Amino acid sequence: MATFNLNINGKTQTVDVDPNTPMLWVLRDHLKLVGTKYGCGIAQCGSCTIHLSGIAVRACVLTVSAVGNQEITTIEGLSDNADHPVQKAWLEVDVPQCGYCQPGQIMTAAALLDNNPNPSDSEIEMAMNGNICRCGTYTRIKKAVQIAAESNNA
Amino acid sequence: MTLIKTKIGRRAFIKNTSLASGGLVLGFSIFNSCKPKQAEEMAAIEMPNEWFEINAYLKIGDNGLVTIYTPNPEFGQNIRTSMPMLIAEELDVDWKNVLVEQAPYHPEKYGFQFTGGSQGIRRRWEPLRMAGATARHMLKEAAAEAWQVPAAEIKALDGVLSHETSGNSAGYGEMASAAAQLPVPEAVKLKEVKDFTIIGESTKNVDAKAIVTGQSMFGSDYQKEGMLIAMIEHPPAFGMTLESVDGTAAKAMPGIKDVVTIKSFKDGFEKGGFDTNAFPELVAIVGNSTWEVMQAKKQLKVNWKPNAAQTETISGFRGKETKIIPAGLESTATHKAKMEELAAKKGKLVRKDGNPEAAFNSAAKILERSYSAPYLAHNSMEPLNAFAHVTGDKVKIAAPIQIPSLIVPTIASSLGIPAENIEMEIPRMGGGFGRKAYAHYVVEAALISQKVHAPVKLIYTREDDMTNGIYRPTYHATYRAALDENNNLTALHVKAGGIPESPLFANRFPAGAIENYMAEEWSIDSNITIGAFRAPRSNFMAGAEQAFLDEVAEAMGKDPIEFRLELLKQAKENPVGEQNDYDAGRYAGVLELLREKAAWGANKANVHRGVSAYFCHNSYAAHVLDLTNENGKPVVQNVCCAIDCGIVVNPDAAKNMAEGAIIDGIGNALYGELTFQDGVPQKQNFDEYQMIRMADAPKGIDVHFVQNEIAPTGMGEPPFPPIFGALANALYKATGRRHYQQPFSSKRPPLVG
Repeated sequence: MATFNLNINGKTQTVDVDPNTPMLWVLRDHLKLVGTKYGCGIAQCGSCTIHLSGIAVRACVLTVSAVGNQEITTIEGLSDNADHPVQKAWLEVDVPQCGYCQPGQIMTAAALLDNNPNPSDSEIEMAMNGNICRCGTYTRIKKAVQIAAESNNA
Repeated sequence: MTLIKTKIGRRAFIKNTSLASGGLVLGFSIFNSCKPKQAEEMAAIEMPNEWFEINAYLKIGDNGLVTIYTPNPEFGQNIRTSMPMLIAEELDVDWKNVLVEQAPYHPEKYGFQFTGGSQGIRRRWEPLRMAGATARHMLKEAAAEAWQVPAAEIKALDGVLSHETSGNSAGYGEMASAAAQLPVPEAVKLKEVKDFTIIGESTKNVDAKAIVTGQSMFGSDYQKEGMLIAMIEHPPAFGMTLESVDGTAAKAMPGIKDVVTIKSFKDGFEKGGFDTNAFPELVAIVGNSTWEVMQAKKQLKVNWKPNAAQTETISGFRGKETKIIPAGLESTATHKAKMEELAAKKGKLVRKDGNPEAAFNSAAKILERSYSAPYLAHNSMEPLNAFAHVTGDKVKIAAPIQIPSLIVPTIASSLGIPAENIEMEIPRMGGGFGRKAYAHYVVEAALISQKVHAPVKLIYTREDDMTNGIYRPTYHATYRAALDENNNLTALHVKAGGIPESPLFANRFPAGAIENYMAEEWSIDSNITIGAFRAPRSNFMAGAEQAFLDEVAEAMGKDPIEFRLELLKQAKENPVGEQNDYDAGRYAGVLELLREKAAWGANKANVHRGVSAYFCHNSYAAHVLDLTNENGKPVVQNVCCAIDCGIVVNPDAAKNMAEGAIIDGIGNALYGELTFQDGVPQKQNFDEYQMIRMADAPKGIDVHFVQNEIAPTGMGEPPFPPIFGALANALYKATGRRHYQQPFSSKRPPLVG
């Protein structure tokens, strides 16, 4: 066990955990931030996507000891009131079915648009291809990313 | 107007007058922590000071805000929006003033809380509208009494009661207290379809904001003070069971509380149809946190032993059935050989019309094709999990579960507690697809909680989830068609089978459309467990049948849609046999709508089109799938879909479901496959089990509904089965090769060429 001071959603959070604990479980079990989801544990499905210094990463394979003082943003910290352009686009298109993968999808999309404000369709596909949606909302996800990009550039 | 007796689900109307003081008394509510805030955000007006419960489905605040309790478990069909819409429609309330709460498991109040078989809206169509209409009626009665005017003269609109002659008017909130005290009417009138203002209007998902902000809502999100995390270890292979466990090393790991063994069934327990469980004896490991338990799980030293052959009597929807579960470690290669062997023999005759043998004997040409598909894992994004807290002879449960009522007898028996002491919350499910109808994991969580005397959240790892069983079975079907010298279809023969069940629907199209018809089936026993998977059996038969009909049409030199319409005309005007379980007129209608919307016949350069149609779960669905070849790889450009599911309650949400079914079907047709070696599932996680991803999804999907006033029929499943056929038929056009074995994309040579 070791103590870590983490910068999560703009707040310092202290946890006392095994240094090998993935951030996914630090968030879910220790900090009760359950928006970040467990889907596979091996960085294959994207349900646990968070931002580490603005980059989309898989929290299931990011150990707490690797974080240091880098900023972490989870779905709960993406906006104050569901008003991030990506969240707004998701609501406009009414993307979700079961909804379980959607926080991860949104975090991947938000990081994509931060780095590439005007992605082509194939760039969207490439960026989003690491996130599985078992319900098959892909056409809506793509449309929402396009709308979010347009609103960013408007 | 339709007059409807309120006796259906009348217990839902037994009022509890203590509720007049407000508050929610329907059991415990595990997600309360986030509710008030969510509720405030959802409400267009402020939260009321007082609530009045009119019946189990709704309560009205003193300011007119209405809370609707939605009865069925949600796993993505958006019934938490569409079911309350049914109530709100007949209540005549402004949708903006509606809050939605999930009802807990409570069969006396909410009837059969079952999400599956595309039955949700179909079965709730009348009862939920009745709940709303009854409340509206009682509000009118209350106003009539207050204003001393005839109730028949009072109008209700958007939450306001008014009486034109006297000039009186009042919001629902003002009359709710009095209405809650009135007797429940014996009969109420329901609206005509033409008068609907909410049903038929696309309405946003009531949970969308909570979803996109990552709020606690799924079973696996549940947290409780003092809660321990549990995981299970099941045998590595089907055909094996627990012999012994040494948990010493695991128990010595940090954060670990205990290692226990559990037995999911009491000896002699008569299983229900959803008690399927290959691994009833398990090792469970319990600790403080998920990561610690995951690490310690690796330190378990378990000895497994082969299982003996067993015979089981199951009491399910189809009555009592005896199942043989053989011993042994099964492999896909052996399965395939056995299936080929049985497919070559005569099967059990299920239906015969005319004289198919004679027609085949005198045929000028016989077309014979065989189709097969592998086992599939459901792979819901949220792995199986359950929260349980046993205290004495009571248990509180919160778990993603499609049919709460059917696991109650098992929990009661296995724990040795009365069934009425089981309380269940029904959190949102992160996917289900049939898998979460088999709630063994709930029993496991409860048994673990009972053993360790603590609240427990059981979490399956992805690997545990994928290797636990209850798969879509592996299937095989052989179709034969007899053509005469003029290329007329004179007979059709289907022989279908699978492990461990046959997928045959002997009375579905094209039965009824062909003079000489024969359907046979066979099955092979297995110890690999199977269960319902989105559109069970149809999810294979549709693809096989629709690919075969495509080939028959081609052999006859006919347009594939025209060919199907000719058969349907025959089935409608002069049906063969009396057991045909589809409506040929609706079937043809959906194909005609598709032909128009897809602009069938207007060939586009380099676009390869496949068509398919199917009837299942009381609805009709048809697709045209467009493929192009992009750098030697087939790319699905567009799917045009037509559906007849009767009245569509929430059109955009229904479209979303159809889009999902299409993508799910393309993914499973291309990639879905689970194989076995010596009883061991050969795929355990998404690095091995290929799932469809965005790049392989169609670039566009357009969904069209047949407009009619038929009471709603199934929607979640019907668009799924036919897409397999549309894809196979389009691939043929694109590549010149017919695809008979799923998955279509595999280690075999590339699809193109």
